[in-house]
Amino acid sequence: MSWRRFLAVMIKEVRQLRRDRITLAMILGVPVMQLVLFGYAINMNLRGLPAGIADEAGTQASRALVMDMLATGVITPALAAGTPQEVVDALRRGRISIGVVVPQDFEARRFEGREAVQVLVDGSDTTVQAAAAQLAQVPLDSSAPGARRTGQVGVVSFFNPQRRSALFIVPGLVGVILTMTMVLFTAVAIVRERERGNMELLIATPVSRTELMVGKIAPYVLIGLRQTSVVLLLGRWLFGVPIAGSLADVYGAAMLLIIANLALGLLISTRAQSQFQAMQMTFFVFLPSILLSGFMFPFDGMPRAAQWLAEVLPLTHFLRLVRGVMLRGADLLELWQDVLALAAFIAVMMTAAILRFHKRLD
Amino acid sequence: MNAIRARGLTRRFGALTAVDRIDLDVPRGHVYGFLGPNGSGKSTTIRMLCGLLMPDAGEIEVLGLSVPREAEALRRRIGYMTQKFSLFEDLSVRENLDFLASVQGLPRADGRRRVEELLVEYAFADRQRQLAGTLSGGQKQRLALAGAVIHRPELLLLDEPTSAVDPESRRSFWEKLFDLADAGTTLLVSTHYMDEAERCHRIAILDRGRLVADGTPADLTAALAGRSLRVVADAPRRAQQVLTGVAGVLSVAQIGNALRVLTDGAPATLEPARDELERAGIVARAEAAVPNLEDVFVAATRGQGAARDREAA
Repeated sequence: MSWRRFLAVMIKEVRQLRRDRITLAMILGVPVMQLVLFGYAINMNLRGLPAGIADEAGTQASRALVMDMLATGVITPALAAGTPQEVVDALRRGRISIGVVVPQDFEARRFEGREAVQVLVDGSDTTVQAAAAQLAQVPLDSSAPGARRTGQVGVVSFFNPQRRSALFIVPGLVGVILTMTMVLFTAVAIVRERERGNMELLIATPVSRTELMVGKIAPYVLIGLRQTSVVLLLGRWLFGVPIAGSLADVYGAAMLLIIANLALGLLISTRAQSQFQAMQMTFFVFLPSILLSGFMFPFDGMPRAAQWLAEVLPLTHFLRLVRGVMLRGADLLELWQDVLALAAFIAVMMTAAILRFHKRLD
Repeated sequence: MNAIRARGLTRRFGALTAVDRIDLDVPRGHVYGFLGPNGSGKSTTIRMLCGLLMPDAGEIEVLGLSVPREAEALRRRIGYMTQKFSLFEDLSVRENLDFLASVQGLPRADGRRRVEELLVEYAFADRQRQLAGTLSGGQKQRLALAGAVIHRPELLLLDEPTSAVDPESRRSFWEKLFDLADAGTTLLVSTHYMDEAERCHRIAILDRGRLVADGTPADLTAALAGRSLRVVADAPRRAQQVLTGVAGVLSVAQIGNALRVLTDGAPATLEPARDELERAGIVARAEAAVPNLEDVFVAATRGQGAARDREAA
């Protein structure tokens, strides 16, 4: 590989990139947009759900119970209903997400240890269901010492005691953004030159496959690191996301993911016939990455087959690395298995891309 | 020694035989023209000669190197100008040349010097910062040529370099080609312009993948002596219709008020033609015309086509 030719390809890419406004906008716009969207809008612990409360007992204990529930902040009163039927109606019409019904015989039921309060949930939203489970843990009578604490299971959350989803989401978001943009950038890299006719010129020169491939992805490594910085900085400013481990380890993990995704994009690019096709193919990577990597749903809860598939995705390994480093303060050496998995992925993809690319038109 | 030597060159795309058993010899230092209609296999042949396409059969030797086996080594010694503009439209004139100088492996100082030299020689000194995509058709072709010769190749292959260029730019482009030939470069140029073919030292005519004629323009036209006629008739359109039907007439083209008639060369053709015109009541006068390359082209493509049709039947 000639250093001079590699540099020439790289400089050319940078120059073209500088004149490509849409791509430039994407480089900065995507991380900011995603961070704000995921950080604010997709808040996984719900607060302030509109609730309808029907207290048919109206005793001191029942009022105390309702106050305790409101005090959790999970629900806010949106409807003071007279009958359980009104609560059910409001629930069906979507005016409230949660209903609390205290029956007339509340005191007797409480005394007998039967189910004394009903929490009605809009089951069409799973996160609301989880919130209801939280409500169900409110003790029936907090004032009486030694009162029976029904179903009170101690949930202790490690590393994110306030259960703030931003802490959990921001590190993962670094990975999602890098997957989304990096694969796409290089997926169109080769195809674009083929479509524009530049490829026929390039392959008629002495430039080697490796020089071309490596020179093409090099500028994007820097861009990826820049995106990582944007997300980390915004995560810090907007959501106060700390980095428990070393910053170098975070960048090291990011670098691995960036190269893995670029290599994958390059392989797509050698395969696709048009830029449009290349984009379609990136979706095949993007969807499973988001859904199976553990970004959206817990990895351990997935069926075995889905886990196997997830192990092939670079994002899965990156998430383990970056959460380990940022939230638990681990270092990359401790997480060597995922480092190795990413390195292997890079080696396989890059080799496949170079081998698949021929300096010929047929 | 020849710059290019090809034997039995064949390339198929599915059921279509794009290039069919072509033999080719291009002497060094010549401007060699590749003449043929669209789809006759010119581009496919040139691409095989550069090692960009694999031949299905046949052997190629370019500058003493066997292609496609030694294509990589050959790439340092040839320049290739694609039919479609293939430089980077979003890079400036200078950036394109800088890139090519590096990729072609010119030493840094030499590369810089060469780019300066080409900017002046190809009249881009005041446009070096302009993006290549914003150049005119003629300027683009000039830039592409500058890019193709940046590493001073011994052989230059040009695939229809002037197909989208105005006549003035075409003329100056060809002057550049002859400058290169004078400096010792061998050129293979494909074209479908007769006037460009006429300028070549030697031409080959391709038709439906076959080489149907090969020689110097003078030899090729001389071989048609006596087969070309100029017919002046009082009703040229009708005369053309009548003559087209006569056996032995390959083509009738109206040029101004006269008709240019190409025959298959059999001496018996003239008499029936005159009879037919007389029967149609057309007053006409025929005289021998000096054959030109267009006649060569028509004779080669029609003649072969007719021969092949007979073969097929």
